[in-house]
Amino acid sequence: MENIERKNVIWAFVLIGFFSLLSITTYMVHEYYIYLTAYLWFGFVYGMCLQYGRFCFSSAFRDLFAVGVPRMAVGIMIAMVLFGMVSAFVTATGNSTFHAAPYGIHSVIAGFIFGVGMVLTGGCASGSLYKAGEGNATGMLVILSISVSQAIFADIGGWTNNLVPYAWHQSAVAKGLPPAINASDGWMDQFLAGYVWDQPVLLFSEWLGIRNAFAAAYVGDVFVGIVLPAALLLVAVYFIWHRKSWLRKQAEARLPTSGLRVELAGYWSMIMASKRTAIAGLVLGIAAGLHMYVMKGMQLKFGVTNFGTLMKEMGITFGLSAKGTVFDPGYWYVTTQEAQWVGWVFNKLGWNNMDNIYFGLENGLPNPLINPADWMSLALIGGAAVMALLHNEFKWKGTTRELAMWAIIGGTLMGIGSRLGLGCNVGAFFVRVSQGDVSGWLFGIGMIGGAYLGVKFFNWWTERKMAKEMAACEI
Amino acid sequence: MKFNKVSEGQYQLNVCGYVCPHPQLYTKKALEKMKEGEVLEIVFDNPSSGESIAAMLDITGDEVMERVKDGGKLTWTVRKRRA
Repeated sequence: MENIERKNVIWAFVLIGFFSLLSITTYMVHEYYIYLTAYLWFGFVYGMCLQYGRFCFSSAFRDLFAVGVPRMAVGIMIAMVLFGMVSAFVTATGNSTFHAAPYGIHSVIAGFIFGVGMVLTGGCASGSLYKAGEGNATGMLVILSISVSQAIFADIGGWTNNLVPYAWHQSAVAKGLPPAINASDGWMDQFLAGYVWDQPVLLFSEWLGIRNAFAAAYVGDVFVGIVLPAALLLVAVYFIWHRKSWLRKQAEARLPTSGLRVELAGYWSMIMASKRTAIAGLVLGIAAGLHMYVMKGMQLKFGVTNFGTLMKEMGITFGLSAKGTVFDPGYWYVTTQEAQWVGWVFNKLGWNNMDNIYFGLENGLPNPLINPADWMSLALIGGAAVMALLHNEFKWKGTTRELAMWAIIGGTLMGIGSRLGLGCNVGAFFVRVSQGDVSGWLFGIGMIGGAYLGVKFFNWWTERKMAKEMAACEI
Repeated sequence: MKFNKVSEGQYQLNVCGYVCPHPQLYTKKALEKMKEGEVLEIVFDNPSSGESIAAMLDITGDEVMERVKDGGKLTWTVRKRRA
């Protein structure tokens, strides 16, 4: 390992010390805080893995289309398979906290919008968090932009009501939601209650009609739902982007250039091209699976299904939803907690944004200091900062006018895509695919399409700038 | 972004301050325009771009002659591959 600057080591220990102290002191205040602490340390591990492997879902597809590099696409497939295998055990034993999402054309459209946005910003929702941990101001601006756009989009009404199909409106009203929730006003409310909730929910195991719990989880959801499509995707990636350079290297080394063994060795070389990314994917996948198991254990220990109940028992009622719940996914998630902290600020400034489904009925608007998923995201930034410090890669970096513009535009698209798709690259793609949820791949297909369009645009944009620079030095 | 001709056959690309995908895209475009055997010095400070640039150069066969790390700033010297 390279020499680590002394001040970096000190700062890394300060951060670890802070999170440790927070865990201990809050537990001393009330044992229920251990629930938040579990989220915190899994977030910390996610942050370390993401920074170590430069793990970014945006680069998975963007780098393929832009520069022909498959390393991250490989890393993500490894992480999904590992996550799927660990969490399949959790599911088969009846301990999963996962809920599949309704699927439909909205999943693809949402993924597409999100995909364009993540290419413009330079990082996905989780990528922006770890880059913020590296001291990157553009990453911080992306987080702010995703957060603000979601908080506004979740409660937007007025003229946008005119864009709602009447069938959605009727269906939303017919749901008979609590009086505090005005489902007939607001685009998102009518989209959710009038359209999304009417869509089917499907796991690969259900589609195949497998009844045995273990066979359903491992054969249906993991093998058919993840391993098979992931392997096929990587075969396509190998033939389109990796094979040519592999055969060139074989020829240069005077080694065989044809035959099944050569192709299989080439496929494996693509998998192992970036050990750092592969290792990060491996740890990330296992940690994400264990996270589900631990959160279910916490819920069983305290006899609850949502942290909102524990908040109530601690006498904290502000920000609870109409169901008495708060956002408590039970696994890795990124965007909803970002919407919540800005939504909470808006609420404190006098905006009544608790009359909608997203905040008012489902997720609540708790103080960010006691929001379980907020603890996870903050610790994710901290974990990434620790890893960056220990590799001398932490650096405060401001933004430029150009990057700030892309961060705001891209972040807004990612915020809107997240709400339409009920999650981001993590919640709507990574987690759902890993659980055998059909909607995950639909979001992913859209995200790949969006990334392709984003890369086309950026190619044009950078070509223009490069041409100007090159003209000056007559190349 | 700054692209300069340092001397005959030697160029410098400075993409400090840029995040993904700018450094790797500018590197790709610079190398595409340069002649075989010419040298490009890439200066950047986005660690994740380094991973993508290294993988890209491995695929294209362009040679990384030197990697210098100064705090968070990275300077890589690359020679464009001769066919």
